[in-house]
Amino acid sequence: MAVSGSPYALPAIIVVTVLTIGIGAYGLRFSRTTSDFLVASRSISPGWNASAISGEYLSAASFLGVAGLVMKYGADVLWYPVGFAAGYLALLLFVAAPLRRSGAFTLPDFAEARLGSRALRRWSVFFVVVIGWLYLLPQLQGAGLTLRTLTGAPYWVGAVVVGVVVTVNVANGGMRSITFVQAFQYWLKLTAIAVPAFFLLIVWQSGGFADLSGGQAPTFDEQTSVRVDTGVTVVLGEPLTLSVDGFADGADVDGPVRWTAGDHQIAAGTVLVFPDGAAVPHVSGLPALSGQTWAAPLGSGGGSPDHPLFATYSLILATFLGTMGLPHVLVRFYTNPDGRAARRTTLIVLALLGVFYLFPTLYGALGRLYTPQLLITGQTDAVVLLLPGAALGGLLGQVLGALVAAGAFAAFLSTASGLLVSVSGVLSTDVMGRGSVRDFRRAATVAGLVPLVIAAQIDRLDVSQVVGLAFAVAASTFCPLLVLGIWWRGLTAVGALAGVLAGGALSLTAVLVTVFGGELDGWPGVLLAQPAAWTVPVAFAVLVVVSKATAARIPPNIGRTMLLLHAPESLGLGRATPS
Amino acid sequence: METALVGVGLVVVAAALLWGVVRYRSTRGFSSTEQRLTFDVLHAASQAAPPLRLGLTEASAGKSIRYLRQLLGTPALAITSAEEVLAWEGIGAHHRDTVMALAAGVLDSARPDVAKAAEMACEQPDCPLRGAVIAPVTLEGQVAGALVALTWQEPGAGLVRATLETARWVGTQLELAELDQSRARLARAEIRALRAQISPHFIYNALGAIGSFVRTDPDRARELLLEFAEFTRYSFRQYGEFTTLAEELGNIERYLLIERARFGDRLQVTLRIAPEVLPVAVPFLTLQPLVENAVRHGLADKPGVGTIAIRAEDAGAQCLITVEDDGVGMDPARLRELTVEDGGDGREHVGLGNVDDRLRSVFGNDYGLVVETAPGAGTKVSLRIPKFHAGVRAG
Repeated sequence: MAVSGSPYALPAIIVVTVLTIGIGAYGLRFSRTTSDFLVASRSISPGWNASAISGEYLSAASFLGVAGLVMKYGADVLWYPVGFAAGYLALLLFVAAPLRRSGAFTLPDFAEARLGSRALRRWSVFFVVVIGWLYLLPQLQGAGLTLRTLTGAPYWVGAVVVGVVVTVNVANGGMRSITFVQAFQYWLKLTAIAVPAFFLLIVWQSGGFADLSGGQAPTFDEQTSVRVDTGVTVVLGEPLTLSVDGFADGADVDGPVRWTAGDHQIAAGTVLVFPDGAAVPHVSGLPALSGQTWAAPLGSGGGSPDHPLFATYSLILATFLGTMGLPHVLVRFYTNPDGRAARRTTLIVLALLGVFYLFPTLYGALGRLYTPQLLITGQTDAVVLLLPGAALGGLLGQVLGALVAAGAFAAFLSTASGLLVSVSGVLSTDVMGRGSVRDFRRAATVAGLVPLVIAAQIDRLDVSQVVGLAFAVAASTFCPLLVLGIWWRGLTAVGALAGVLAGGALSLTAVLVTVFGGELDGWPGVLLAQPAAWTVPVAFAVLVVVSKATAARIPPNIGRTMLLLHAPESLGLGRATPS
Repeated sequence: METALVGVGLVVVAAALLWGVVRYRSTRGFSSTEQRLTFDVLHAASQAAPPLRLGLTEASAGKSIRYLRQLLGTPALAITSAEEVLAWEGIGAHHRDTVMALAAGVLDSARPDVAKAAEMACEQPDCPLRGAVIAPVTLEGQVAGALVALTWQEPGAGLVRATLETARWVGTQLELAELDQSRARLARAEIRALRAQISPHFIYNALGAIGSFVRTDPDRARELLLEFAEFTRYSFRQYGEFTTLAEELGNIERYLLIERARFGDRLQVTLRIAPEVLPVAVPFLTLQPLVENAVRHGLADKPGVGTIAIRAEDAGAQCLITVEDDGVGMDPARLRELTVEDGGDGREHVGLGNVDDRLRSVFGNDYGLVVETAPGAGTKVSLRIPKFHAGVRAG
């Protein structure tokens, strides 16, 4: 595309990557060296902890994907950023403190501590690995996209580079979840996205706050030249005269042509020059929304145009309830000294994420004004990377573009590392050994390579949508286990296993069909693309019904377990009986 | 729509394959019927064993009786304690009282008994049970209960012998349960012993050091005395087998404060603690003996300044703790003698041996102490603690 990334972006990315590896290698220096016990045994404050959780949580989906979706679909997909943040509300209300009091480090630990079942523990491990991999995919995908946008390298190069860097780093013991490093990542990401956003606002203001919700679809506001990197079919709403250099509609073209309304095929490498004021053609399958439809709820259905209401509710359910099932988030709660601190931490996370998610939304909206050509190919995930350069221009635009690129890379690296540490942690303790350092290395290698291979295959899907699927699986498996495990005495190991398996099998089927199958229309399409609205209730129902049927198997010490989970530590009620 | 069907189909096929493989592995692969039978018997026994290892209760009897009946192949089986029927598997549960009456005789005599049809009479005309074998379950020479196998006809000699053998096997499992319990009791007793033996040396030395400040620096003496009080309160506390690393470090701080009063600037301490591992649950008084050991054996005999380094690192699902001193060190062979044999005057290193035993009994044999030492080269003791282990919780 004619709007290209900043020349400083690549050096910035390299600096971030080298810094990340360096911090990993020297990571232990960050633990406090002192001769003062008061300092050494001070536990991490909720503020630091919350920054660290946010730093690990804000991923490619948050950094690039949300803006891309907002640019494409408008108000309906606002539920993505809202849900990504509000998931912590559900976590705060139902899970945070009791989970901490249970003493569990990972989700399988919780399953074992609460229900004492080895089978349930094994299946929990399986789903931790599945969710971890599903969530790793979009990180690698985002990296591929970023490098392609900035350097023109093939899509798989970025995925492989980030995948290998993270795998090698984690396998060698770097990037252990060092709180201060992760906390710093949050502030880096916030700076990288917020500073350019303020300059963008100034540009928008100087243009008299151009209308985003008018009756018109996006247009080019000056003569714009666009290079198409991958072959694409676009739809023109009305006839248009433009200049084409390359191969389009089955013929070599070099010079002005008049295109009729309708479909036009454009080959890779073709350069199109649109005149001032021309309407932006959209990639086939993406409706050309007028500003009004874009800004209105249920206008686009967020990519599910047939049943927008169902898709929206499903998305809300997946993101609200899925956060509590994300393995790399939950292990961080262990660092809190007690349940009360866990709650405070979650509350601060809500605030930090709330602030962050304002910005990707802004990028998505302004993208329709300043980088409408992204709609030609539909790869709007690049909008955050390209917008500063396109809107500001000059040295400032390039420097800010580099800042955003560095932030995006920090997002892939930190989230991918956190996920990989979690996945290889459970693999090394439960599947591939007994948790020794050597086991961990082998597990990290395996855990890193699998998603790498898959990520190289899928550049068709939106980054945020793949993340949404990971959330749906988490919401259909671990959410019922955690919520009922904490709040219902009647849960049995058999019931939990049946519910987790039912929810997991259904949601995984939906995910596999969506990722590897083709495009589907109508009800089957929306039911599989946004499965949470039916898989979560099914999982809950199975859990309850099977537990009722096996009520004889309620763990005998249930009263004591519940006391441990719910009584504040300061009361000392959870203590072992005097010996 | 088609792809959806294909996807669903794929998942169904995969599930069916998985099920098939599991079935195949459980039924095939035996080269002879004998092999198959041996497998079935051992498998049933291994399924019945874990609940019995928790002792003879209603819950454990209920869980294992299914597999015991598989072993004997009778239409019904009952397990009784000395007082009542604990579990009944199979038909004819209305015989509970009859069976308990029959078992009472066996419980008294400790000899097996066979009941014929006349003794099994009941009101239900269609009740097919016509006989029973009652075998005593003995635990360390005492009759703890009875195993009652009920049959369609008069019990044959084969069934009698099989029932007796099964009852003896159950008795063995219960004895192992006793053994497990006494091992746990021993571990608790060891903590108590450790609490009680928070060395008389130390108490004597501490009080001596505090005493020397009473005239010259009364404020410091008062402060030290309060620290000492706090130290003893923690060390002698009566609840909880586990505590957090943070609390354990707090106690070490008090300990070192008092030792410093004695050694002055000769004792230097460096700490490198990853804050992520502070909430880890560790067995009560795990680190204290290691630090005490470093002070007593590493520094006390050494001229000049000695340094103790305490480190706790975050290592994935584990926490790695090391206590290192640059003192006089020791010959590894001598250390082994002192800790392993633990007899005679092994008291000097009883701390290390005790910590090692407790770590292994709580977390398993992978989690012992690792000691690196040589004469003149200082000593480094390291241990790993899993962040989560079933049943381990600070408090």
